[in-house]
Amino acid sequence: MSSLLKKYLMALTGFVMVGFVFVHMLGNLQMFNGPDAINEYAHFLQTLPKGVFWGFRITLLASLIIHVWMAILLVKENKAARPEDYSVNTSVQASLASRTMGISGSFLLFFIIFHIFHFTVRSIFPEYQSEAFYTALDGETVYNVYKMVVAGFSKTWVSVVYVVCMAFLCAHLAHAVSSMFQSLGLRNRTWKVRLDRFAVLYGWVIFLGFIAVPIGVLTHVIKPESSFTGTPAEALVINTNLSQ
Amino acid sequence: MKLHLKIWRQNSATEKGAFERYTLSDVSADASFLEMLDILNEQLIAENKDPVAFDHDCREGICGMCSLTINGVPHGPERATTACQLHMRHFKDGETIVIEPWRAKPFPVTKDLVVDRTPFDSVMQAGGFVSVRTGASPEANATPVPKPIAEYAMDAAACIGCGACVAACKNASAMLFVGAKVSHLNSLPQGKPEKDRRVVAMVEAMDSAGFGNCRNYAECEAVCPKEISLDVIAQMNRDYASAKIKQFFAPAES
Ligand code: FES
Repeated sequence: MSSLLKKYLMALTGFVMVGFVFVHMLGNLQMFNGPDAINEYAHFLQTLPKGVFWGFRITLLASLIIHVWMAILLVKENKAARPEDYSVNTSVQASLASRTMGISGSFLLFFIIFHIFHFTVRSIFPEYQSEAFYTALDGETVYNVYKMVVAGFSKTWVSVVYVVCMAFLCAHLAHAVSSMFQSLGLRNRTWKVRLDRFAVLYGWVIFLGFIAVPIGVLTHVIKPESSFTGTPAEALVINTNLSQ
Repeated sequence: MKLHLKIWRQNSATEKGAFERYTLSDVSADASFLEMLDILNEQLIAENKDPVAFDHDCREGICGMCSLTINGVPHGPERATTACQLHMRHFKDGETIVIEPWRAKPFPVTKDLVVDRTPFDSVMQAGGFVSVRTGASPEANATPVPKPIAEYAMDAAACIGCGACVAACKNASAMLFVGAKVSHLNSLPQGKPEKDRRVVAMVEAMDSAGFGNCRNYAECEAVCPKEISLDVIAQMNRDYASAKIKQFFAPAES
């Protein structure tokens, strides 16, 4: 595989994930509109036609795998291309974000795996699979995403890890969003300046959008579900989760 | 000026190298960097020691032979300046200067600060040319070239092939060099007919020489003595993609 093909794959799979995080962030912000808003949105996603639903999932998973695979190949070749390093190692203009793509990327990979087992497979805290985490919405029984997210972020360490990982995402995007255009040859001197600025802005928007939810939960701006519809029994479950 | 030097010494490509320290007590601030090394070498020869080997030829910033990494920066601290055009007034009295060769697998050290840059020649042989019959020079205005394209191609053609881009790149990638050559020839009418073949062949030669892969850090652009911009890498990426797509859909040869 030629060096440039690897770079194209890196950029294209990155592009898919850059788009995905934005949509994901918009979805998360539904948390501020109360339980019904996010539960309805989640239900809508879950009940998309099977082909569309799995089409999205497979595209994302394939993008992630190819992205990581290319990163490993590229870094391995790059290390081999400089067997003896400089004794004075300086940078003239390379940004910190660009030089730490490997570190931020590795953290993100671990985060994504944790996140999927936490909130998608729900196997890290198996109680998320219990009946208490289902609710009624317009006469249907749907999964109570609102309650799961509040329970998840009520554990301070989960929120802290989440915010730190989002900082890595911010850094990763600050280089990636402009870099992918360069790799595909869709950039020139004028557009480099614009895209570099846009990448930093994009990173910050994504960062703030994502951390708003755990911060909202910890500061009780996003209230436990009981304050909306809760029965005493449900409130009890939330309280036990909070104290864990 | 008094200077402390920490210089990479290595006897041959196969032997291990190490830093050695030297002190020069009376260097003129108007001396060029290479003249400073000449002074050191005269001192070493007088002491019956092996002088420091370093590459140089024109000493006026046009041949691309000089190749010193000075305090971690190829060609030293001055922007758009080759090591031979760098003067000692840019350093402080009593400063310690670390001098290393270009470091990249495809550029093995042959002795001290001299590296073998043959892989650049292989890249040029693969496509860094225009296939035309030689003969009387053509009439200058016979092939019109729009001014902005002529300027752009000229900027790319300013590359002197010194290899500082490879040396500066954290990934030891040669994409600024290859991009410059591709952009120069692919932009002009004389080079256009071989555009696709050229970019594919040159990228192949670059890859097989063992250079690293660009990760868009832009360190190369910062140290290039001819200020070649990342635009040339973008063009190489673009031309390669379009060449490959055309190749994929090309009618089968019979
Ligand atoms: S010696 Fe020719 S460019 Fe420096």
